[in-house]
Amino acid sequence: MSEEKQSHSYKPKDSNLQEIIRWGSHIGAVIPILVLGVDYFTNNLTANPIQTATQRTGDVALILLVLTLAVTPVLIFYQTNLLKGMRKRLGLYAFFYTCVHLFIFFVLDYGLDWNQLIPLILQKLYLIFGLIAFIILLAMAITSFQWWKKKLAKNWKRLHRLVYLAAILIILHYALAQKGDILFLRGNLILPITYGIITIFLLLLRPLMVRKAARWLVQEIRSISTKRDLRKSK
Amino acid sequence: MIIKSIDPKTPKSSEITPEFEYINRRRFFGRAGAMVAAATLAACAPKLVPGTDLLPTDIPTYMDELGNKATNFTYIANYNNYYEFTTNKEAVAMVSAKFVTDPWSVEVGGLVNKPMTLGLEDFQKGYTQSERIYRHRCVEGWSMVIPWLGFSLSDLLKKVEPTSAAKYVSFETVFRPDQMVGQASSFYPWPYTEGLRMDEAMNDLTTLATGIYGKDLLPQNGAPIRLVVPWKYGFKSIKSIVKITLTDVEPPTFWDTIAPELYGFFSNVNPGQQNSIRSQVTERRIGENPRIPTLLYNGYDPKVGSLYTGMDLNVYY
Repeated sequence: MSEEKQSHSYKPKDSNLQEIIRWGSHIGAVIPILVLGVDYFTNNLTANPIQTATQRTGDVALILLVLTLAVTPVLIFYQTNLLKGMRKRLGLYAFFYTCVHLFIFFVLDYGLDWNQLIPLILQKLYLIFGLIAFIILLAMAITSFQWWKKKLAKNWKRLHRLVYLAAILIILHYALAQKGDILFLRGNLILPITYGIITIFLLLLRPLMVRKAARWLVQEIRSISTKRDLRKSK
Repeated sequence: MIIKSIDPKTPKSSEITPEFEYINRRRFFGRAGAMVAAATLAACAPKLVPGTDLLPTDIPTYMDELGNKATNFTYIANYNNYYEFTTNKEAVAMVSAKFVTDPWSVEVGGLVNKPMTLGLEDFQKGYTQSERIYRHRCVEGWSMVIPWLGFSLSDLLKKVEPTSAAKYVSFETVFRPDQMVGQASSFYPWPYTEGLRMDEAMNDLTTLATGIYGKDLLPQNGAPIRLVVPWKYGFKSIKSIVKITLTDVEPPTFWDTIAPELYGFFSNVNPGQQNSIRSQVTERRIGENPRIPTLLYNGYDPKVGSLYTGMDLNVYY
C-alpha cells in the first residue's frame, strides 16, 4: 500500500522533470544554429564565415552524436524514464547539423562545382569517411520512426548499431581534416583525440557482459546500502 | 615591377589615420592585453581587437599588380595563423597583445664571411623599406592581399657575404613560452623553423617585412620582423625571426617535420597539388565570397617559374 502511495506521489514530479529535460534538450540543441544565424547576419562570423560555419556545424554535430551515444550507458548505471526519447532526439539533431554541415560545404562553399568536388572527394580519405558516416546517419534517421522499427524487427537494432562505426568515421574525418599527423600524434589533434577517447570509452560500455556486470555491481551496492539503512532504522 | 614605390598622389596611410588615433589604438591594446586570461573565452565568442578598425580600410589605391584590392586591415589583424600563441585564428590578436618586440635582435650567421647581429634600428635605418602589395595564400584555402612594408632578403644576404658553400637559408622564430603560450604544446616541434634554397632567398620577391599598411607589424602578424615569400603557402613566411643561418644542407622545416606527406620543403602554391588536406584548385579571398581559381606560384610565375624548370612539382612539393 505504502509503496503504491509513494509511486503516486512521485509520478507527477517525475513527469514534470521529464518535460523540463525534454524541452531543455530541444533548446540546447537549437541554440547553436540560432547563434550561427545571428553571427552570420551581424557579420560576426570571423573573416572567413563559410569555413567557420562549416567547422562550427561539424563540431556541434559531433558533440550531439557523442551525447547520443552517452544516453544508453547512462541508463545502464541509472535506470530512469527521465531520458525517454532522448537518444532518438539527440541523434536526429546530430543528423540535422550534419545536413547543415554538408549543405554549407557542398552548396555555399563549393557552389556544387562537381568538377572540383568529385576529384577532391576521391583524393581525400577524410571526405570519404565523412560521407560514409553521413550515409549511415541518413539510413538511421529515415528508419527512426516506429513503423520502420516494427518493419525491420531485429535488423533495426543491427542497423542502428552502426552508429558506433559512424562515430569512429566522423572522428577520423575530423582528425584527418586537421593539419597534422595522427599516426605520429603531431599537429592539431587535442580535440579529435578527446572525442576519440570518449567514444571508445562509451563503446566499451556497450557489450552485454559489461552491461550485466555493471548492473550487478550497481544492484550489489544498492542492496548493501539498503541493508545498512535497514540496520540503522532498527 | 611588383615593388610599388609610394606614389606622391597616393594618400599615405598616416594621413588617413591620424597619429593620435594610432596611439589610442595602442592604449586599447594595453587593455586587451590585460584580458589575456579571457583568451579562452574569446575562443567561444571571438571579438575583433578593439581599435583596429581605426586603421585604413578599403583604400582603392592599395592594389596588387593584377588589380586585386588589398584586404581590409581588420581582417589582416584578426584572422591569423600563429600557433605560438593559439591555434584559434580569431584569438591570436588577443593572446599576442602582450608580446614584447622591443628590444629585438636577429642573429645572421652560418656559412657567411661577415656574421652579424642586427637590432631593429639596424633594419629600419640600414635598409630602404618599400611598400610591396603581395597576395598571401594559405594552404587552408584562403587568401589575402597584403600591403607589406619591407625590403628584399637579398639586401641583407649580400651584406653578410655568403660563402660559396652556402646552398640554403634557414630561419628560426623566437622561443619564448612565457609569452607564447602555444609553445607549451608538445604536439609541435618548437621553435618554428623554415628554409629556402639560396636562389629562392635571393629572389627580389622574397621580403623581410617590418610593417603592414605603412605601420609597424602587430604581434599577431609576426612583429617585429618576418619573412614574406608570396609564391609559397603562407606557412613558409616565418614570423618573429631571431635567427637566419646559411647552410649547405636542406634545413628541417616546421610543417614538413610534423606531416611530411602533406607539407614539403618547397610548398609552392600549386593548384595541381593533390596531397594537401584542402583543395588547392580554388581559394577564398578573405572579404569576398565566391571561390576564385588559385594561380600557379600564386600568380608570380613570371618572376619565379624559372627557379623550378625541370622539377616535377608533385615530387618536389
